[in-house]
Amino acid sequence: MIVVTDIQAQMDVLPGLDPRAPLLHVDDLHVEFRTRDGVAKAVNGAEFYLNPGETLALLGESGCGKSVTAQAVMGILDTPPAHITGGRVLYRGVDLLRLTEEDRRKVRANRIAMIFQDALSALNPVYSVGFQMAELFRKHRGMSRKDAKQRSIELLDQVRIPAARERINDYPHQFSGGMRQRVMIAMALALDPEVLIADEPTTALDVTVQAQIMGLLAELQRQRNMGLILITHDMGVVADVADRISIMYAGKVVEEAPVHEIYGRPAHPYTKALLESIPRLDLKGRQLNVIPGLPPALTDIPAGCPFRPRCGYARPVCGQQEPPAYRIAQHRIARCHFIREVLGV
Amino acid sequence: MSDVSDLVLETRNLVKHFPITQGIVVKSKVGAVRAVDGVDIQLRRGETLGIVGESGCGKSTLAKLLVGLEKPTSGEVMVRGENMTRLSGHSLRRARRNIQMVLQDPYTSLNPRMTVGDIIGEPFEIHPDAVPPAGAARAVQELLDLVGLNPDHINRYPHQFSGGQRQRIGIARALALRPEIIVCDEPVSALDVSIQAQVINLLERLQRELGLSYIFIAHDLSVVRHISDRVAVMYLGKIVETGYHMAIYEQPTHPYTQALLSAVPVPDPRLRGRRDHIVLDGDVPSPADPPSGCRFRTRCWKAQPYCADHEPLLQIRQRSTHPSACHYAEIRDVIHRY
Repeated sequence: MIVVTDIQAQMDVLPGLDPRAPLLHVDDLHVEFRTRDGVAKAVNGAEFYLNPGETLALLGESGCGKSVTAQAVMGILDTPPAHITGGRVLYRGVDLLRLTEEDRRKVRANRIAMIFQDALSALNPVYSVGFQMAELFRKHRGMSRKDAKQRSIELLDQVRIPAARERINDYPHQFSGGMRQRVMIAMALALDPEVLIADEPTTALDVTVQAQIMGLLAELQRQRNMGLILITHDMGVVADVADRISIMYAGKVVEEAPVHEIYGRPAHPYTKALLESIPRLDLKGRQLNVIPGLPPALTDIPAGCPFRPRCGYARPVCGQQEPPAYRIAQHRIARCHFIREVLGV
Repeated sequence: MSDVSDLVLETRNLVKHFPITQGIVVKSKVGAVRAVDGVDIQLRRGETLGIVGESGCGKSTLAKLLVGLEKPTSGEVMVRGENMTRLSGHSLRRARRNIQMVLQDPYTSLNPRMTVGDIIGEPFEIHPDAVPPAGAARAVQELLDLVGLNPDHINRYPHQFSGGQRQRIGIARALALRPEIIVCDEPVSALDVSIQAQVINLLERLQRELGLSYIFIAHDLSVVRHISDRVAVMYLGKIVETGYHMAIYEQPTHPYTQALLSAVPVPDPRLRGRRDHIVLDGDVPSPADPPSGCRFRTRCWKAQPYCADHEPLLQIRQRSTHPSACHYAEIRDVIHRY
């Protein structure tokens, strides 16, 4: 119990923390990479929010800025080459981007935690899984080795690793892909974070294992009333678990909507084209729609709407004026000049 | 069905075991990874056979055996009635022309120091009688045009192309010798969804125009359904169920196929909570030490003691109108139960 109050005291130090403020709000975030070949604008005004107990999917293709956004929220971008050039990341009213490195470290893992796509490279190969987990408790919670080990075993039990007590001294390579991802989830949840960011957590796994992991994540989230940001490119996984979806393109959220509305009635041409281009398990014989061309190079994003060169709805105005975020319904926005046409109203 | 001359590719009891050895100077064989363990497939002209399965089920080893990149431990690969495994030297090289391969990763399967013209034209150097040297450049440009790339880009290097374009280069290379059969090993897995559709549509168009037959290997069941006429499901080196795509997807009878299909997410939130979810316990056992009897029994909810002693054959059964390797095969529609 003493440990818990300690943490409470520690967290109160976080300047400006307001428990009634929204859980997480990313506001007009800009990130660029300054390289020898020029400045790559990876995130260009990303904006979204997250409530407790909610699953938000950040969906997009490679290079759309979804992972960079997550890394900026976590504060794990490599600077240089990455530079955050604008915006705010508000956690309970505190702008994380303005915190000192020391305060930032208190937020990481304690309040906001992250799991990665490739568990094998995210875990340290030369330390046992038990050591890496216990380290969290010892550094952040000041526990003794013995207590830390006990807590680690409990956690591995919670993510349903069979015979956790025996496996605690195993090394990452001795676990299968699915089991390694469970270990990562256990580590991320160790310090009871309020926000969990999962960056393509099941992309490297087989479908049957993917189903196990997604089920586990959903269950743990329910138990803890945790906010979950699911970063993925898979529209199928999203349909199964997300409450809301933010579609990203060229570093911007081009459409945001509750999951039940977006699949039936997409409001942005990009969302619509994406949905028409995926083959479905339960339908056959449909010609796949092709989105012509490629996403823009981040060093040279076209003026106006970034999707314009690939868009079937594009008109001259799209090249001159960047579409603002139009509000369609209470929780729906889309950045397109011709929303009504796309929606078919 | 169709007459025998339509059969372009056939395997008979194809087996590939990779030895596990012990010792450095004096090596002794202590076991074997049974990657492919008795596979029979048949492919007809103009047809696409999809092969699905999870990692480690032997589908990529099967692809290598088909194109002759691996020598089988036993069994036969018949291309147009000719046994590839018995051929060598000149006659093998000739026979290989007829069966080509498209690889998964367009980033590592193209030599970064070769121009696109050299990559696609390399088959002509190996087979000088296919196209006279003077016409090689012309032929390469025609191939580029065929796969939807600009023929003027013949002197560019792979890094100047995007992932989808590189996969087109890989396809052009496979088409260079005008094969009848193309083995595609996860050809779209490395691509983004919007690019994936471009490559799938290209493969379909080429099949229509050139009358190609495809072996299409992938772990993505939605993609496989889209492109395949028939589908074979593999588990631990064996085919557990095979049939026309309607039979496999709408009326699966093997528990593994059912579990696999039920785990695939469908991009339609209305189905959430209304689909039949079969969650399998544990992981795939090691192919070096597969379970006795039925290989799936360790993860199967229907398993009986009988399954441990009797290996189920891939055959048509009382409750399965297409071949299924389960003693208790029974239709269960896992996609449409809502």
